[in-house]
Amino acid sequence: MRLTCTVNGKIETIDDIWPGESLLYVLRERMGLPGAKNACEQGECGSCSVHIDGVLVCACLVAAGQVEGTEIKTVEGLAGATELHPVQQAYLDAGAVQCGFCTPGLIVATVDLLDKNSDPSDNEIREALAGNLCRCTGYAKILDAVRLAAARLEKS
Amino acid sequence: MDFFRPTSLIDALKLKSAHPLALCINGGTDVMVELNFDRKRPETLLDLSAVTELNQWSQAGESIVLGAGVSYSRIQAELATELPGLAMASRTVGSLQIRNRGGVGGNLGSASPAGDAHPALLATGATVNVSSIGGNRSIDIHDFFIGPKKSALAPDELITSITIPKARGGQQYSKIGTRNAMVIAVCSFGLAIDATARTVGTGIGSAGPTPLRAADAEAFAASHLDWETGTAPSVELLKEFGALVSAASRPIDDIRGTAAYRRHTLAIISARSLKWAWKSTNEFRSM
Repeated sequence: MRLTCTVNGKIETIDDIWPGESLLYVLRERMGLPGAKNACEQGECGSCSVHIDGVLVCACLVAAGQVEGTEIKTVEGLAGATELHPVQQAYLDAGAVQCGFCTPGLIVATVDLLDKNSDPSDNEIREALAGNLCRCTGYAKILDAVRLAAARLEKS
Repeated sequence: MDFFRPTSLIDALKLKSAHPLALCINGGTDVMVELNFDRKRPETLLDLSAVTELNQWSQAGESIVLGAGVSYSRIQAELATELPGLAMASRTVGSLQIRNRGGVGGNLGSASPAGDAHPALLATGATVNVSSIGGNRSIDIHDFFIGPKKSALAPDELITSITIPKARGGQQYSKIGTRNAMVIAVCSFGLAIDATARTVGTGIGSAGPTPLRAADAEAFAASHLDWETGTAPSVELLKEFGALVSAASRPIDDIRGTAAYRRHTLAIISARSLKWAWKSTNEFRSM
């Protein structure tokens, strides 16, 4: 099966897709975009979070054929040519990255939250990020990073 | 594996008729888990997520007609006033990523006894609208679940929408789990009070082979609540209601909890639900 969709602003055509494979598999194994991480494959961990047409989803739970004609944005599409996205920078500055495996998914989910709610309360942050697991349990620093990113985005 | 992605309902129905064994996928939050773990290898995957008609909801007099593919996130954001019980249930589903994809049609299609939407649909007396190329039929939600993960849906039929009466009284939804997110219910309970008809609807999740209603509890509450003045129900009334809900459950011991724990918690969350929903019913009484 042939799949055509836009990934991080570029139209891509990928051939020989098996229709039952996940968007996550397409991104990682066929397109060389390993930012979205493969862990639970059942939507439990959020490590594969990406945007499809602006909606936050787990890429492991989307069949490849379902994204035909859509616009996909992965963590690789966040940074500018020379600068990190403010959310990425905030995760670094707050020390919110330990082993780093959950980080791309959490960053994508944080971008999603701050796009909709520029000044979230702690409860709102917790609810928005409830689908992203950090096995290092570094949640305190992650919350710091979200608050830092929110404050910086507010200023700019 | 064949993959079909119709964009209109009629095309989807034709495909389902030609491929009755096709596995339907919409949000993918159940189906993709089965595929990722090699538990299912259907010959045909029928993707319904691009079918326009399934992704809309509309007003129909005293009811909302909810397209089978409308996501839980949209139910939360767009229907919390008209369908408060279902909106509350939607908020307990998985995580934001899951709620952005999953919807009530898929929940019904899977027909799991633990489906989060089911108690809310049972409590409101919803109707499941299904279609095939042979025609349409409407199934009372109380007749829809016929066994564990088995529904009254025929192989050539698709769930198109659910007709749900708009709230005419307080509604509640409670779910027991180890976290506030990403939890399959240990047990759950939906309640809908109808201040106009003076009835109480119930739905029990994850405590029987199918989602269940507590008919005796409904009749007891309807005949003992003070509909005239709206006085808060007594502790004894709430306790008896909880006991009747618990008695209507048919739980088993499994990995998520014991039957005894489920009976115990159902008595508590149903009594609380009635107390809270009755309080908000007073807002409807003055309307």
